[in-house]
Amino acid sequence: MEIQELKVKASQIRMDLLTIIHRAKTGHTGGSLSNTDILTALYYEIMNIDPANSKWEDRDRFIASKGHSVESLWCVLADRGFFPREELETYSQFGTRLIGHPNNKVPGIEMNTGALGHGLPISVGMALAAKRDGRSYRVFCLMGDGEQAEGSNWEAAMAGAHYKLDNLVGIIDRNRLQISGSTEEVMGLEPLDEKWAAFGWNVVSINGNDMEELLQAFRAVPEVPGKPTLIMANTTKGKGVSFAENVPAWHHHVPNDEELALALSELSASIEELTQKGQVQ
Amino acid sequence: MNKIPNRQVICDTLLELAKDDRDIMVLASDSRGSAAMAPFANTFPEQFVEVGIAEQNLVGMAAGLAHSGKKPFVTSPACFLSMRSIEQIKVDVAYSRTNVKLIGISGGVSYGALGMSHHSVQDIAVARAIPGLAIVLPADRHETKKLTEALVKYDGGVYVRIGRNPVEDVYESDDYPFEIGKAVIVQEGSDITIIAAGETVRVALDAAQALAESGVSARVINMHTIKPLDEEAIIAAARETGRIITVEEHSIYGGLGAAVAEVVVQHHPVPMKVLGIPDEPAIAGKSAEVFRHYGLTGDNIKQVAFELINK
Repeated sequence: MEIQELKVKASQIRMDLLTIIHRAKTGHTGGSLSNTDILTALYYEIMNIDPANSKWEDRDRFIASKGHSVESLWCVLADRGFFPREELETYSQFGTRLIGHPNNKVPGIEMNTGALGHGLPISVGMALAAKRDGRSYRVFCLMGDGEQAEGSNWEAAMAGAHYKLDNLVGIIDRNRLQISGSTEEVMGLEPLDEKWAAFGWNVVSINGNDMEELLQAFRAVPEVPGKPTLIMANTTKGKGVSFAENVPAWHHHVPNDEELALALSELSASIEELTQKGQVQ
Repeated sequence: MNKIPNRQVICDTLLELAKDDRDIMVLASDSRGSAAMAPFANTFPEQFVEVGIAEQNLVGMAAGLAHSGKKPFVTSPACFLSMRSIEQIKVDVAYSRTNVKLIGISGGVSYGALGMSHHSVQDIAVARAIPGLAIVLPADRHETKKLTEALVKYDGGVYVRIGRNPVEDVYESDDYPFEIGKAVIVQEGSDITIIAAGETVRVALDAAQALAESGVSARVINMHTIKPLDEEAIIAAARETGRIITVEEHSIYGGLGAAVAEVVVQHHPVPMKVLGIPDEPAIAGKSAEVFRHYGLTGDNIKQVAFELINK
């Protein structure tokens, strides 16, 4: 897809996720909005996947370690055709497959996640399996920044470097906010990129809400042979919705009717602007 | 007396099986020595993964490997494997339905002198509460071999607990039917039933022998699989022998005795006695000394049996 089309897609995904959260009256709005651009780049342009054959052996793997931001993922998977779009209406309803965290009963979800600090160890295992089997698939693991306080990440960081897994890509959605406030107030992380580099990873810092920078960073992997890559995606929590941006309460605040209408109108306007600028139909 | 510890039997058996099955993998957390897995690591380096002292990552990586079609055997001291990585066992293994075999070595009070941090007498209780996770304690080297062969064919998460030292044989050979989930009556009897698992099966047999000399016919059930539990064998024992003693190298809370009691009270209530490790600070000592201290001996079980029978 062209850059402009990807940007439009990201705005549409944001509209979708706000709609399902509003309908269900539950969800993690801020973190889903901040990582929408990352998912859009991966699922529409970067990852080698086949929605019609979701278990294809050589597919690239995506693990949502920050499982609570699942709403953006549900919307992307539905839009890519892993399951019918209408199923989004069941999100968080009794008996649904589309629960509030990734659930591998749903095509496109590799593993159940939600407990923080689990995704990277699993991803290391997957990447190691690919190496041992001589397969070429890559493993993308999206982590939260608040999640970095979980020690298991660092156990896995060591292992990823030890086994020289250059087919492994860790992504940190560095939006600098967690449920109780700023990450630096809750449990200081900085200098986070230096920590990952010290653990033996190739670290790339980008604006994680900039589609060009995301594509460039993902396409460059592996930049350093024999090293796993950590993409420090600096993002804005609540991205795309003016009144939610950088507001800690929007971690799991649910938009009311007025807020939804305002948010959708802002996103529509951004799509219109993009469409005019890029002559995207 | 047998000189081969069960951990070595697992390694020997996997060495044989891995020749023809390149998907079998062994993971260790700086524990290849204590798990007796060094020969496997040396023979099949491409099927061995060292993760260092990091039990959460150990289980997470195993789940990732299993997701990619591997058959990972995680080998780590039971005390750490069962408790330190229990959330990974719950989410990455059981909930995600990955084919990971968790081998808790030096379980129970195997690390007798090392104290409470190294005793693993809560592991069965913790593992039992995880939906979909099977739990197996092999009784001797023959059963350990049969179990290891069964594990390679079994699709799903299993927690296995074995001890550290060689144990006296329960079986004369491995020529008997073994099936995960199916109890084995190792001695028929009609007056009382002693149900044991793992290394206490031998102790239960000793008790049954002593009881026989006093004219009491004791049935001994090797409940090697604690989950899924063979309820039929328990209900039959309750109905046919009227009294049940359970013997386990585990806290009296949440282990074999608790599991058996849950079945007995709901299906055929009979007098029961649960023998195990009481709810108190751990005592250190050699494994046999600790067993003696808590009455996990043939003599004591015989006494308890008389008390139940004369009630």
